[in-house]
Amino acid sequence: MSVQLDARPPVAAVPPVRPDRTIRLSRIDTKWSPYLYIAPFFLLFAIFGAYPLAYTLWVSLHDWDLLGSNPAFVGAENYTRLLADPDFWHSVVNTLGIFVISTVPQLLAALWLANMLNRQLRARTGWRMAVLVPNVTSTAAVAIVFGVLFGREFGMINWLLDLVGLDGVDWKSNRVASWVAISTMVDWRWTGYNALIFLAAMQAIPRDLYESAAIDGANRARQFWSITVPLLRPTIIFAVIISTIGGLQLFTEPRLFHSGTNAIRGGPMRESQTVTMYMFENAFAPYYNFGYGSAVAWLLFLLIAVVAAVNVLIIRRLGGGAGKGDPR
Amino acid sequence: MGANTFRRRAAVALVAATALLATTACGGGDAEEASDGPITLTVDVFGQFGYDELYKQYMADNPGVKIVERGTGSNLDEYSPKLTQWLAAGKGAGDVVAIEEGLLVEYKANPGNFVNLLDHGAADLKGNFLEWKWNAGLTADGKQLIGLGTDVGGMAMCYRKDLFAKAGLPTERDAVSKLWPTWQEYIAVGEKFTAAKTGASFLDGATNTFNTIVLQTAGNAQGYHYYDTSDNLVVDSNPAVRQAWDTTMDIIDSGLSGKYGSWSEEWVSAFKQAKFATIACPAWMTGVIEGNAGPAGKGQWDIADVPGDGGNWGGSFLAVPKQSKHQAEAIKLAKFLTSTEGQIGAFKAKGPLPSSPQALEDPAIADATNAYFSDAPVGKIFAAGAKSLKPVYMGPKNQAVRTEVENAVRTVDLGQRNPDQGWTDAVNNAKKAAAK
Repeated sequence: MSVQLDARPPVAAVPPVRPDRTIRLSRIDTKWSPYLYIAPFFLLFAIFGAYPLAYTLWVSLHDWDLLGSNPAFVGAENYTRLLADPDFWHSVVNTLGIFVISTVPQLLAALWLANMLNRQLRARTGWRMAVLVPNVTSTAAVAIVFGVLFGREFGMINWLLDLVGLDGVDWKSNRVASWVAISTMVDWRWTGYNALIFLAAMQAIPRDLYESAAIDGANRARQFWSITVPLLRPTIIFAVIISTIGGLQLFTEPRLFHSGTNAIRGGPMRESQTVTMYMFENAFAPYYNFGYGSAVAWLLFLLIAVVAAVNVLIIRRLGGGAGKGDPR
Repeated sequence: MGANTFRRRAAVALVAATALLATTACGGGDAEEASDGPITLTVDVFGQFGYDELYKQYMADNPGVKIVERGTGSNLDEYSPKLTQWLAAGKGAGDVVAIEEGLLVEYKANPGNFVNLLDHGAADLKGNFLEWKWNAGLTADGKQLIGLGTDVGGMAMCYRKDLFAKAGLPTERDAVSKLWPTWQEYIAVGEKFTAAKTGASFLDGATNTFNTIVLQTAGNAQGYHYYDTSDNLVVDSNPAVRQAWDTTMDIIDSGLSGKYGSWSEEWVSAFKQAKFATIACPAWMTGVIEGNAGPAGKGQWDIADVPGDGGNWGGSFLAVPKQSKHQAEAIKLAKFLTSTEGQIGAFKAKGPLPSSPQALEDPAIADATNAYFSDAPVGKIFAAGAKSLKPVYMGPKNQAVRTEVENAVRTVDLGQRNPDQGWTDAVNNAKKAAAK
């Protein structure tokens, strides 16, 4: 270290060595510390996120029998076969169908619930905690209970339908009916969670905005649509993206909704088999074709990216009118 | 590099390492055992193998060994993917694992996952097993023995006496057996039963019955069903499959099916509520019925002969994965559980029919009755045909193909497809499955 210092022109040897060193160290510190602070996440992400992602891509380029040895490299063959596989597209339609049927009412209901909870209520904390209870319940328990409720012969829903003189529905082997049933359990579980996220964002909206709006004569509905919703836009986008990721990866609910032999098909004619279930069916029982299953996983990844992008665009456009002046 | 940074890095590494440890620990098993303490052997099963008493006896005789069974009562559909994952991961499988005969073919294609029992003195045991059962455990070249046979699935027909009485049918088992020497007569009885409007269906669902008929027809004909013995897919050209299909379609057409999907929640509820009167009943099914129908069904059920002639459905093997840390002890345990004594013990507990000729001849089996099934002489009913059982050959993608064909049966059963469409689906989807 001292060698370097000696090489300097000895003109102004006044500033002591110490401060100079400290400055350099502190410069290094300001420059690199932020990276170190976020490093733990990226390190863990590299191990548990990026590596599996890349490995899945690698596997998807092979004819890879789960138990076999020496998988053969087949290039894009799994993908070309998959794109021509009607069962795959069938599962994509199922997934999107369930996604739309569940997410749209879910977010609207969550918004409404959050708005209600944002008012002066008795035992407000109690209500707020109550909406989260379904989310704390184990998904498996929810799915099994709903699976029984929606039973063809011994289910409570069909019993109620019968009471009011309607024919029972075979919820498990009717395509649209099974989508509705599965959406019900998704909504039951996630509406309260999204409501709390919306509520948190709502509480960050300054009260005086509402006060001035009230002075201007805006009623509650007008306040909601003209103040609350536009200011919630970032939160809504967040909720939509999270719901998209969750909705398109839906697995536990539809899997446990069906029981018995071969439930992974989601009904005898794949009525409610989602993409993740199709992936599982191919990668594990009964096919054990890991390469093909990995290709499904990658296409699902792309599908989620596309749908999330479309959703963001739609939400931007919807909120666009009110949010134009917003500098954010 | 400052000391702080180093500490930070170390902390990160520590977090990552802990996370890794936590994940690998999930793989389970008994890796962290002290080498000098008693060893734990894990046995992976599905359904009911009836080994509890045998474990107790074995642990008493071998004080250094503790046995833990996993998967008791689970569905084969849940069990087999788990086992495959454990084998593929090289970690997590039990020391002794049960393998069902329909899945054994796929495991045999990759024999490196299992210990070759022939290297551990198993060859001497050959005489303890029915010949075809022994052979089924061998790889194609006959050089490696993967599994020792546990049980075979001799066939019968279980029925509810109370519902038969309600419908004005005979209830005594010999009289019931006489009602249906063939499947056509079984259908005729079913029509009579349905006409009596007891509020219950004649049978649980078409898939179980179809599987019984196809195994019986194929066993009695050329000895194979979906694949011929050269591993060609013959779903569309094998007359045995078509014949079983047509008989099943007659059953559906006559409105005999309760349409309960096998092993579904509804199926279990239907047992509890006595919603069907008969179910095709391989020996191991008696344990399933008892479990599903519960104590309330005791004495209501009885066992008659199966329509048609014999047949074998199911039966399993015990194997030792190479990943086991206690191979020698595991092999010893597997040998004990599949011994004549072990098979008799299992039969007494949960009803799986022995694959050992000595066990089948043993008075403990021949004179056995089952209290749950109105003291039916299960030993006589099942063991009688067991030694002359005609097994059915299973090809490489047997499980996937069987799934497709049964699924097609189910779509017709539920009225989603007509029999012709169903058959087309069965053939096309089976071809697709076999090619995957």
